[in-house]
Amino acid sequence: MDFQTFLQQFVNALSLGSLYALIAIGYTMVYGILRLINFAHGDIFMVGGYLAFYGVSTFLMPWWLAVIVAIALTTIFGVGLERVAYRPLRDSPRISIMISAIGASFLLENLAIVLFDARPKAFHVPEFFATNFILGGVHIASVSLVIPVVTAVILAVLLWVVHSTRVGMAMRAVSTDIEAARLMAIDVDRIVSITFAIGSALAAIGGIMYALKYPRLEPLMGIMPGLKCFIAAVIGGIGSIGGAVLGGLLLGIIELMTVAFLPELTGYKDAFAFVLLIVVLLVKPTGLLGKNQGEKV
Amino acid sequence: MNPGLINTGKKLPMSRNQMLTFAAACIGLALLFVFDATFDSFTMQIFKLCAINIILALSLNLINGFTGLFSLGHAGFMAVGAYTCAILTMSPEQKEVNYVLQPIVPWLAHVQLPFLPGLLIGGFLAGFIGWLLGVISLRLRDDYLAIATLGFSEIIRVLLTNAQTVTNGALGLKGLPRFTTMWWAWGSAILITVFLVFLIKSSYGRAFKSIRDNEIAAESMGVDVFGMKVLSFTISSFLAGIAGGLLAHYLTTIDPKQFIFLKTFDILLIVVLGGVGSITGSVIAAIAVTISMEALRFLDGPLNLGFVATTGIPGLRMVFFSALLMVVVIYRQQGLMGKAEFSWDALARIGLLPRRGPKSGKGGR
Repeated sequence: MDFQTFLQQFVNALSLGSLYALIAIGYTMVYGILRLINFAHGDIFMVGGYLAFYGVSTFLMPWWLAVIVAIALTTIFGVGLERVAYRPLRDSPRISIMISAIGASFLLENLAIVLFDARPKAFHVPEFFATNFILGGVHIASVSLVIPVVTAVILAVLLWVVHSTRVGMAMRAVSTDIEAARLMAIDVDRIVSITFAIGSALAAIGGIMYALKYPRLEPLMGIMPGLKCFIAAVIGGIGSIGGAVLGGLLLGIIELMTVAFLPELTGYKDAFAFVLLIVVLLVKPTGLLGKNQGEKV
Repeated sequence: MNPGLINTGKKLPMSRNQMLTFAAACIGLALLFVFDATFDSFTMQIFKLCAINIILALSLNLINGFTGLFSLGHAGFMAVGAYTCAILTMSPEQKEVNYVLQPIVPWLAHVQLPFLPGLLIGGFLAGFIGWLLGVISLRLRDDYLAIATLGFSEIIRVLLTNAQTVTNGALGLKGLPRFTTMWWAWGSAILITVFLVFLIKSSYGRAFKSIRDNEIAAESMGVDVFGMKVLSFTISSFLAGIAGGLLAHYLTTIDPKQFIFLKTFDILLIVVLGGVGSITGSVIAAIAVTISMEALRFLDGPLNLGFVATTGIPGLRMVFFSALLMVVVIYRQQGLMGKAEFSWDALARIGLLPRRGPKSGKGGR
């Protein structure tokens, strides 16, 4: 393995990791506020990809317009999902709300099979993203550069929103103690909606970029990335945005590097994330950057 | 309390409830004989699937409903049971036919056991793996446990896909003998149902339920919380393994893709519809869901509703079931039965049986 091959793999891993990070942020924000694994997050990611596809292929929009419309619609969709499936159960036992999340994910997948057709669709990649260029002997598709840049920009904006705006302060308050936040006159429902809006928008962006990287859409395409990104969020420390990014990058790098250096393990690729998850849960259940929340009696 | 104890003053050999139970058992047995003789092979396939789904739903309900641990790893344990049983009972000739890419490992090539030992070994292996994973993961709670068990189930599936010389990898196993007759399927289902009814009534069952209701209170009352969780998880995995073995010899072909974690969601659907924490609910829901899965197959075909006509939408059936799951979770969380169980006294309370005298009012709670 020479240095060039290593660099090549590293660039690939970095873009995959950034993609994971983007989706993991959505999980971590929703979990931070509602203590809910949003099982449907991966399916929202799938919806984002399909909407962009239909924008370009059926409604003949220019790709940038299709992307904006897809993100907007997916955001509305995510907020609507929270209204319908999660809000009525907010005071129910956690198992109920988790079953509701699983049911929502199940429903979205089956609806997608009916509405979008089970056969895979080829995603049209605009030329701008498909161009390859060679940098120091390393082949880079421009989409592999776009993904980390987009993730970095979004991360910066998000950190600013969470730490320096009133909405962000309210989010942190709700995530610390939902009842106390309500007593401080914070409109909890509104904050939850905003969180879902941000998470769904990120999922849509992730879905579109995933489709640019692997241009093939399937109704069940959200399941595996969804699970892996949740795992990334847990590894980084769930509830922490920086942790989600760290976990996503780590997972992307481990996954691609292991396959690159130990090709005989390729078949086990999908199991890495789960093994890593279980190790982290056993050794440091709060994740790498997570805070210990203590057990409430 | 056993109502028989309360009615001793009447000097009856059996209480009314015991007689009713005995009569119901006889009628049930007679019905099985009638079904066995009269059902055509298609109906019989569905009837057998009902029994397998009962076992799956009950085993998931034991861990999710009675012990209050949200586990999503059932597909993995089923896979262990199915593969173990299939490999152990397959004839050496059939193995040669199946393992075309790479031959099977020598120590398994000439093994051929009858169905019962194969089934039991599959169950015990699933139980052992369940025990192992339980010891590792049951320190986690709620959603972490759910995602960890889901992870284990996916790891098992990936291992099965890649262990080419043992499981034949992604090709799966074909031509398994059709061992799962109606008597095997329903016999196991009835045996397991009865076992669980007694287990839930025993001190173990009470310990499970106390953990579900309040773990800290249970611990302070002297319940070995961790040990009981592991026990419940192990029994549940064992039963899932048995169901897996039955399923393998019911379908006669298995491959790792069948045991993707979405399979667990199918079982969860049954448990939630029936009532999380009710054996009766699981049994009824398993039968109802299995039959309606078949009955609603027309949804996938061409439809003509008078005002709209479609030319067949594959998948519409599953949309219906997932929407049903959502509606039940949001509007009727307790499902069909809640935590209630069937009893003759309950039937009497709602007026389907004549009420008994005031003396016996305490019985059958």
